[in-house]
Amino acid sequence: MSNETNEQPKTDFILSEEQTMLRDTAKQFFSEQVPVANLRKLRDEDSADGIDREVWKQAAELGLAGILIPEAYGGTDFGVTGMGLVMEEAGRTLAATPLFSSSILSTLILLEAGSEDQKQSILPAIAAGEMVVAVALEESGHHNPAAISLSAEKKDGSLVLNGRKTFVLDGHIADKLIIVARSNGQKGDTNGLSLCLVDAHAEGLRVSRSKMVDSRNSSEVTCENLTVTADMIIGTIDEGDAPLESALDHARILLSAEILGGVNEVFERTLEYLKERKQFGVPIGTFQALRHRASAMFSEIEICKAVLTFALSQSDKKSNQIARLASLTKARLGEASTLVSSEGLQMHGGIGMTDDVDIGLFLKRARVQLQLLGDPSFHRERYARLNGY
Amino acid sequence: MSNLETFREETRAWLEENCPASMRTPMPDEEQPWGGRNPSYPNPDTKVWMERMAARGWTAPAWPTEYGGGGLTPEENKILQQELKRINARPCLNSFGIWMLGPALLEFATEEQKQKYLPPIVRGEIRWCQGYSEPGSGSDLAGLQTKAEDMGDHYLVNGQKVWTSYADKADWIFCLVRTDTSVKHEGISFLLIDMETEGVDPRPIKLISGSSPFCETFLTDVKVPKENLVGELNKGWTIAKRLLEHERTMISGMNMGAGEASLGGMEELAKEVFGELDGMIAHPTLRDTVTKHKMDEEAFGLTLRRTGELAKAGHGIGAEASIFKYYGSEMNKRRFEILLELLGTNALTTEGEGHDQDVMDISPQWLRSKANSIEGGTTEIQLNIIAKRVLDLPEGGQA
Repeated sequence: MSNETNEQPKTDFILSEEQTMLRDTAKQFFSEQVPVANLRKLRDEDSADGIDREVWKQAAELGLAGILIPEAYGGTDFGVTGMGLVMEEAGRTLAATPLFSSSILSTLILLEAGSEDQKQSILPAIAAGEMVVAVALEESGHHNPAAISLSAEKKDGSLVLNGRKTFVLDGHIADKLIIVARSNGQKGDTNGLSLCLVDAHAEGLRVSRSKMVDSRNSSEVTCENLTVTADMIIGTIDEGDAPLESALDHARILLSAEILGGVNEVFERTLEYLKERKQFGVPIGTFQALRHRASAMFSEIEICKAVLTFALSQSDKKSNQIARLASLTKARLGEASTLVSSEGLQMHGGIGMTDDVDIGLFLKRARVQLQLLGDPSFHRERYARLNGY
Repeated sequence: MSNLETFREETRAWLEENCPASMRTPMPDEEQPWGGRNPSYPNPDTKVWMERMAARGWTAPAWPTEYGGGGLTPEENKILQQELKRINARPCLNSFGIWMLGPALLEFATEEQKQKYLPPIVRGEIRWCQGYSEPGSGSDLAGLQTKAEDMGDHYLVNGQKVWTSYADKADWIFCLVRTDTSVKHEGISFLLIDMETEGVDPRPIKLISGSSPFCETFLTDVKVPKENLVGELNKGWTIAKRLLEHERTMISGMNMGAGEASLGGMEELAKEVFGELDGMIAHPTLRDTVTKHKMDEEAFGLTLRRTGELAKAGHGIGAEASIFKYYGSEMNKRRFEILLELLGTNALTTEGEGHDQDVMDISPQWLRSKANSIEGGTTEIQLNIIAKRVLDLPEGGQA
């Protein structure tokens, strides 16, 4: 599968034929090969990897791991909108794959700032699903790239890293890590970061798995005198801030697409339940108290779809509004998923509290997605600042 | 040069030539151009501007030329609107005839009716009002009781309408009337009535904002020619629903940005009142309140654009108007609440030495905004419509 025409959508909101086909492919793949039962199995068996490698191989064979990667580097080049469609479908089934960590976050950083050598040696392997690259970014419980302080000391053209990273997605199954380190300036400066590509088995690097409420992969990373040679720096030393920020904005929008998938799924399941579940001798969906809340949620979801679709199309068009739009989208989708997952659970009543019913799994995933790459407060503050107030 | 580029150039040149200078300035409320049999033109340019636009059919740019409209394609109309905006042109004609009745006539009326009613609407000669709600039929609109009896050569209409906007100034009224009392929705017809007919008596209602844009309209033994029936007898509910969609879309966009425009925008206002910290609004919680609202506005704007594109491509979701009406009117109410919070007691002052008129103008608008989620079908009615038509939720005892 590849997007040979590489045609830009003519409008901001309507999918092209290729994009519709890609969405259908992704929908079929995730619903048949990676249903919610897949995540349950990984959780219940306490899988060491936390992902199903066989499923990931199949995804790569379909071209899903290389959606953002140009054909010259072995990808399918469907653009950000294409990847958004895939993420939405992945979100519907809570698919646990390295799609976000490796095929989005790491890929975007490499595309933004990677050298030709780095791109040639890594991107085809990511697209083929043969290599997982994770990004070690966060240092506290809150997303805050400006506050990064993991130290990178300059020494003979190399950098020596010391410090800790937390909440590193798929860190323990990664073949390589991109560690964001401070090589200049101090917390809060707008430059001084370096993007360091290191081998998972490098001396001085320790990765330990942590467990999250959503049963998805995360890890803690410690660097102790970890040496990063010049050829392993992505972009220029001290100048990693701008490419990182741009990659993060696209990733925030794509993460929002995954959130929308979960929101849609929860809403549809809840709607079915309102039609099926009887109390007082009638379906509970006849009660106006619930009907109104369902309609309000539907309106909110329609608004989210418009915001997300626009943000995706503007990413593909390289709009200079991406930072603003990323914050608008991530904040809006975060708020919507909190609303819909909480209301979905409430409308399911007692049965929604049981582990047998999936609604709780969506609630847990929604909460992790909310924090990932900035919660709504972070993005509202950022949106205001970018707008000058 | 493409046809559209030529159109833009010609339009720009024509507007430069024909839009009077005073019509490019902010419009005081008393200069609103409503037209009609007894128009009021405190500024004579208002009339000149309306008549010049009407002569080209540009008071109703998208309507067919055979009924006096401009016959513009959607692309041309978009260009016209852009060019009007470029020179800050005032609206040339406010008209329920153009916004609401006209589209319904174009869809449901006979050729003869279209020829008779549409051109005077385009020329701003006849001002229309809407007779839908009744004292006993608000949210339950289809329960309306105003009766039209078939008297052979005419209908005899008796009843009372309420919330008829500007009925005291309108020339004609389009009414929903009951023509069959044995059924509910299927017993309603759509009738056009000249306000000068004997027995029509509109009386203004004073509102909480102090103004009286609405009337209660009494209809006592009003004789209406039978040719004034639009569509089939007892099929008026279909027309009513369509017309309500136009009304809802209109209300959802109402007052957007009004009020605060004269105050320089909500975010600037917040900086002015509470000061700046590193160039940002210094009051942290109000800053977040303003930000949430600005996000709502941007997101809602994108939703309108998306729905427009989807509708053009034939992918309407249905009941869009209800989503817009629900969300737009609730958002507008929040907007005025925030403006009041920012302005404090200054906005609650209605008269006072040293008080700014722009600020004192906010409270009547705040009060007016409360009607947004009531008129044209309440918020609750919109949510009912979404639940029924889009979500397909089962219906129980209530409507």
